Amino acid sequence: MSLNVVSLVSVGRHPQSGRARRADQDGRAVELGLKLVAKALSVVHVGDPDDPVLRQYAGMGLPSMTILKQDKSIDAVPILSQFLQQEKIDIVLTGVRAESGESSGMVPYLLAHALGWPVVARVADIVSVKDGEAQVLLALPRGQRRAVSVKLPFIASVDHAAEIARQSAFALGLRASIESVESVGEVDRIRVDWQESVAKSRPKRLKTVKAKTAAERFKAATAKPEGGTGKVMKNETPKEKARAIFDLLLEEKVIR
Amino acid sequence: MVIDWLPSVLIVTLLVLAVIGGVRRANLWRAGQPDKVNIVAGLLAMPKRYLHDLHHVVERDKYMSRIHVATAGGFVLSMALVILVHVFGVGHQLLAGALLVALVLMFVGALFIAKRRFNPPSRLSKGPWMRLPKSLLTFAVTFFVLTLPMAGVLPEGTGGWLLTIVLSIGIVLSLSEMLFGMTWGGPMKHAFAGALHLAFHRRPERFGGGRSTGLKPAELGGKVHGVAKPSDFKWNQLLGFDACVQCGKCEAMCPAFAAGQPLNPKKLIQDMVVGLAGGTDANYAGSPYPAADGKGKALGEAQGGINNVITAGLIDADTLWSCTTCRACVEECPMMIEHVDAIVDMRRFLTMEKGKTPNKGAEILENIIATDNPNGHSPASRTHWAADQNLPLMKEKKVVDVLFWVSDGAFDMRSQRILRAFVSLMKAANVDVAILGDEERDSGDVARRLGDDATFQSLAKRNLATLSQYEFNKIVTTDPHAYHCLRNEYGDFDDDGVLSKGASGQGVEILHHTTFLNQLVQQGLLKLDAFKGGKVTYHDPCYLGRYNGEYDAPRELLRSLGIEIAEMERSGFRSRCCGGGGGAPITDIPGERRIADMRMEDVIATSAELVAVGCQQCTAMLEGVVEPRPVVKDIAEILVGQLAEEVH
Ligand code: SF4
Ligand code: SF4
Repeated sequence: MSLNVVSLVSVGRHPQSGRARRADQDGRAVELGLKLVAKALSVVHVGDPDDPVLRQYAGMGLPSMTILKQDKSIDAVPILSQFLQQEKIDIVLTGVRAESGESSGMVPYLLAHALGWPVVARVADIVSVKDGEAQVLLALPRGQRRAVSVKLPFIASVDHAAEIARQSAFALGLRASIESVESVGEVDRIRVDWQESVAKSRPKRLKTVKAKTAAERFKAATAKPEGGTGKVMKNETPKEKARAIFDLLLEEKVIR
Repeated sequence: MVIDWLPSVLIVTLLVLAVIGGVRRANLWRAGQPDKVNIVAGLLAMPKRYLHDLHHVVERDKYMSRIHVATAGGFVLSMALVILVHVFGVGHQLLAGALLVALVLMFVGALFIAKRRFNPPSRLSKGPWMRLPKSLLTFAVTFFVLTLPMAGVLPEGTGGWLLTIVLSIGIVLSLSEMLFGMTWGGPMKHAFAGALHLAFHRRPERFGGGRSTGLKPAELGGKVHGVAKPSDFKWNQLLGFDACVQCGKCEAMCPAFAAGQPLNPKKLIQDMVVGLAGGTDANYAGSPYPAADGKGKALGEAQGGINNVITAGLIDADTLWSCTTCRACVEECPMMIEHVDAIVDMRRFLTMEKGKTPNKGAEILENIIATDNPNGHSPASRTHWAADQNLPLMKEKKVVDVLFWVSDGAFDMRSQRILRAFVSLMKAANVDVAILGDEERDSGDVARRLGDDATFQSLAKRNLATLSQYEFNKIVTTDPHAYHCLRNEYGDFDDDGVLSKGASGQGVEILHHTTFLNQLVQQGLLKLDAFKGGKVTYHDPCYLGRYNGEYDAPRELLRSLGIEIAEMERSGFRSRCCGGGGGAPITDIPGERRIADMRMEDVIATSAELVAVGCQQCTAMLEGVVEPRPVVKDIAEILVGQLAEEVH
């Protein structure tokens, strides 16, 4: 039985120039999809079929892309879930984080909710798929990985630890056929009220480094913080765990 | 000769075979893409191009130039007379005498060619090329003896049957080489293809002392982008490859070859010949592509055909990515072959069709597309370097004398020192100057050399659109790469005459900062103290020198400081590349040594303490060489240190 994989892609936004581009993690979702099923991969986008950014995805060697033609103000989730229900799909790949709009961020969760599928977040790689089960590597901080097996079908959000998207070739992008599909959508009521603003990086806590040599500085910059204040809670009740988080947030003055 | 008709039959037979070969060969070239050339004008111009332009290049090697004139001139003359005397039987003694003289001339030339083949330098190909002088000598001697009776020196019928047999063998052997081989792929092919290449050259502007260095635009949206198969080249490019004499002058000059990277321009051209004619490289008898492991591919493994993808079996992509586009090979090639055009054509295929730009290439191209600069900096930070420079923006001034094209050096701290030095000099000379600020974009140089002509063309068009909003007389830049693009490559996209006409209608003058500064000094607008540091040498940037012919201004500037330049052995048009061009630092193909290190050795050999350059890329490459080494400074930086009055 051949695997049916769909990568969902969005129009990203370059962090420096703010210009529309192939979103980094969505690109990786396509890359992972190509690895799994090569040219059999379906790549789907909800939006404007004439958007030139789509050609950047197509330039990765996609013979075609499916565009569910919609206006910007339309909620992508119902359209996508309807589309995905029609096809018999095994794996849906998305990015973890949105570069603009709602692109990836909430989409996998909302879709999973609508479809009743599990979400596997922060995937670094899908190693193999056999007998209706996928061996998946999840990305953890500092290059660590966790191996899990997941039953098909599922939705996976692809972490930036996954293989980087291959170079987009101009001519391949030019030649790919962009198939525009009409769909009925509804205006995203929540999003209408959104205000977008430039993301600011969270202020870093000052670390006083008393290093004298470059080597020490390097060590201080890269070493795993030896906090000691953290604590692993496994056997406590959910209430106790929640309390601990709440206390920490108070202590850190995140909530007052 | 005992049998009178034999020589003429032999000659005519071989002539006919040669003509058949010529037609077949021409059909091979015609498999290429059409390119507009003026056939008649080209053919008419050919003798002059040969005598003047080609010999101008050959003249650099006096020995070779003289013996080539003697041998080739002698041969062409003798061949014409041989046909008159021995085929048409024009029995005039004077004609026969002239033939004897021509043959002697050729014989002497051939002797010297033979002498050089005793201990040939490694750049020369061996194999059939070792046979050529013998064939030349055989030709001269055979026809000399054959002609003696007609000149009345010997009685008819001398020598009897024996001589007849010997002479017949001589005729067959030598004419097989000289006529048959000429069109059927022997060493003499260079004369046949070479003459036609001169006539139908793709860059006729190069003849008569002109310069034509801008790459031709890639056609976008067609069946193929760039060159995948030999048949994707223009027909006259294929013809050009066939003209190669395998002299190896290109190989001797190529910095990538010297660095042990897998590129040898001569082998590359020969592989193109294999591609156009079909077959393998088994008969190649020159230096191979250097291989890091010392082994490389065995001869005969490379296979090509007119409709085979070149990078699938004929040459490795790494060979193409090793080139720094320094044009040293093109400058040196006596047959005026265009290596760089061919290399970039094939890179275009790899980048635009395959998406296979090696190493950092993909990332850099993506950055250029998304941010208009190769390192992905915020376009809004392009003018940060000039925060304290009090430089007006074009957006505010609209009209200005000099538009300073800052280039991507704006993002690099080392290059910013050059930019500031140049600004100080312009201020000292009260130049009416402004910059585009954040409206400026990457010139597209790197994208183009990496084969992404789509991105180059988009940048060129957008930059031109920006420039079209303002009025200015000159564009001056410290970056020879941007200079080259603006001056030689933007013209293809300048439909509105932004640069060719400009606001004044006279055209915009595009200048490198050394040229411009030299003008200021000549006009007495810059007061400079004499330079008191130690010995100074000057490194010619490829994109300033070979690409734009500016060798003098930087030197005059240095001299104006009282500096006596300690020239490197390879300087001027023979300058060795710093290794920074053509995206080579980005594709970073491993070799045995670094090109920049070799160039620094050239510098050290002059015992200079300071090497003056006129390019931020050269500065970066040469400064990347481990110390201790001479100091590297841009000419603007040297000048600013000698400014007589402090700038306030
Ligand atoms: S390409 Fe030109 S320089 Fe190189 S070997 Fe051939 S003729 Fe000589
Ligand atoms: S342009 Fe320079 S690096 Fe490229 S092949 Fe010619 S000599 Fe070698």
